Amino acid sequence: MSNIQTVIGTGVPLFLDDIDTDRIIPARYLRCVTFDGLGEHAFEDDREQTENHPFDDARFANGGVLVVGRNFGCGSSREHAPQSLSRWGIQAVVGESFAEIFFGNCTSLGIPCVCVSRDDAEQLAATVEADPAAEITVDLMAQEVRTGDKTVSCEMPESARTALTTGQFDFMAQLLEGQDATRTTADSLPYMSNFA
Amino acid sequence: MSDQRNLFGKIWDQHTVQTLPSGQSQLFIGLHLVHEVTSPQAFAMLRDRDLKVAFPDRTMATVDHIIPTDNQARPFADGLAEEMMSAIEKNCREFGVTLLDLADSRQGIVHIVGPEQGLTQPGMTIVCGDSHTSTHGAFGSISLGIGTSQVAHVLATQTLAIGEPKVRRIEVNGTLKPGVFAKDVTLHIIRVLGVQGGVGYAYEYAGDVFDAMSMEERMTVCNMSIEGGARCGYINPDQTTVDYLRGRPSSPQGAAFDKAAEWWLSLASGPGAEFDDRVTFDAADIEPTVTWGINPAQSVGVAEMLPTVDSFPEADRVGVAEAFEFMDLTENQPIAGQKIDVAFIGSCTNSRISDLREAAAIAKGRKVSDGVRALVVPGSQLVAKQAEEEGLDKIFTAAGFQWREAGCSMCLAMNPDKLVGNEMSASSSNRNFKGRQGSPTGRTLLMSPAMVAAAAINGCVTDVRELMA
Repeated sequence: MSNIQTVIGTGVPLFLDDIDTDRIIPARYLRCVTFDGLGEHAFEDDREQTENHPFDDARFANGGVLVVGRNFGCGSSREHAPQSLSRWGIQAVVGESFAEIFFGNCTSLGIPCVCVSRDDAEQLAATVEADPAAEITVDLMAQEVRTGDKTVSCEMPESARTALTTGQFDFMAQLLEGQDATRTTADSLPYMSNFA
Repeated sequence: MSDQRNLFGKIWDQHTVQTLPSGQSQLFIGLHLVHEVTSPQAFAMLRDRDLKVAFPDRTMATVDHIIPTDNQARPFADGLAEEMMSAIEKNCREFGVTLLDLADSRQGIVHIVGPEQGLTQPGMTIVCGDSHTSTHGAFGSISLGIGTSQVAHVLATQTLAIGEPKVRRIEVNGTLKPGVFAKDVTLHIIRVLGVQGGVGYAYEYAGDVFDAMSMEERMTVCNMSIEGGARCGYINPDQTTVDYLRGRPSSPQGAAFDKAAEWWLSLASGPGAEFDDRVTFDAADIEPTVTWGINPAQSVGVAEMLPTVDSFPEADRVGVAEAFEFMDLTENQPIAGQKIDVAFIGSCTNSRISDLREAAAIAKGRKVSDGVRALVVPGSQLVAKQAEEEGLDKIFTAAGFQWREAGCSMCLAMNPDKLVGNEMSASSSNRNFKGRQGSPTGRTLLMSPAMVAAAAINGCVTDVRELMA
């Protein structure tokens, strides 16, 4: 699993608040046993209802950095949401804040979600809107988001940042290493022996 | 153990296996609940890596999201649903996990089944690939919704990599007014604190109102914690909790039960417990509450007028205007009297026997308004059986409600139960998101089950107190 220290790409502006995961991927597309093919359905109903939705706008077709508002990814825990964004081509998300289950799902998939101030998120979305070819660098080492000559600081919980920058976001391997310790913890819990 | 640790901290400490290189904790999981939607990819990840389910005895699966609630004959008419059903049957068989399938009388919505069977107990860590896992916090457990990669982690290791959230104590003191239900309490809290207000927190609910609640009411409140942005919610175990668990199939029996009860009660946050934040509400301020917008914080008391866009902070106005446009509602209009097309009583929030009793009390001897499609979907087969023994099904069908089989139904509409076009739904479920109930333009008004019944009878949003004897 490779280190994710910087993501460089053009942007997709979606500066809206409280975008829930039902909007990112409608529930009817969860009737599946693999994540294949979810990319084309990202934001499907919003795209249908919104004239020139950024996911339908050719100017942003190659965008890899999604710029959002507050509490992005709230609601359902469906990992199908980041899976669909990833398959659409999103490699990093910059926003004011993220819902926690969504954030965790993204980290598991190697998609950094970084928080910037509301003003910075709004300005970054405006920059992308004005210049879709503008290259955005999400730098997890320096904890900065850079575009053109503008640099803003960004934050993410240290544990997620460490996991991504050191390539240790495949938690399965780490958790498996703790098997013996897990058994010890399990044995110490009274309900594991049904209070015998 | 330090008296300063609240219940969350005590359980967290007892379940921490080790600190991972990232700084997160490796947390042991006492109960893993599994359903058909978020598990197939997780089982595939185990196959890819040649892994087994580490603790099959601590893992229990059921089917709820995709199943039809009318004709359940196999194969299902929906080929995709049938494929998912076959997948969970095969996965559970091959990995040695118990599956409560449609032929099992214990089947139902995963968050109804766990408590009903006594699987959900105080002091446990509980996860499920489902955000409404927060429901189980009603018992004084740490209960977390997780994604599919994490489902795979828990299947293979019975542990989760996670950072410890802060804890906010939410006290609601005083006495609720007649006609104000647990659903109104949670909608009120979310209205005040916002859908993002809980980000970074676990919610501890405490005070007179929660002390007085039944376990079923507590589950309704904890269920909606996620809608307030919280990682989870919980209520300290007390005698109500102990009494609920006594005699359940998976509860400890005999002398072991007394030992268990002693341990459960010892976990409750003590008077010296510390919290990262505290918020207090007065029960007298809570009205029967109805959402009008596209997130669960956009709500009003049933007697209020809808707000104006300008009454919100500037940053919120774009979202509020979007909500008005989508819902086709107007500023300053009353919510009472708003016409509805569909009435849905069900979901993991409000499909327990007490919910059905409250709704039936309103429906009894009355008729569903012409043109309203009304569904009652019990949360489990056992809830359905209990309701039928009490004659509630007859009350509902005599009034013109459809009486269905157990499942998630129209809460998220991954099954044939869906809104059509821009129908307006009065719903006892948990989410009013755009398109949530199966039609991309469908509209949802969240409220208590009794309020849904009242709306069904009058064909419009109604203050349930007008129909209470």
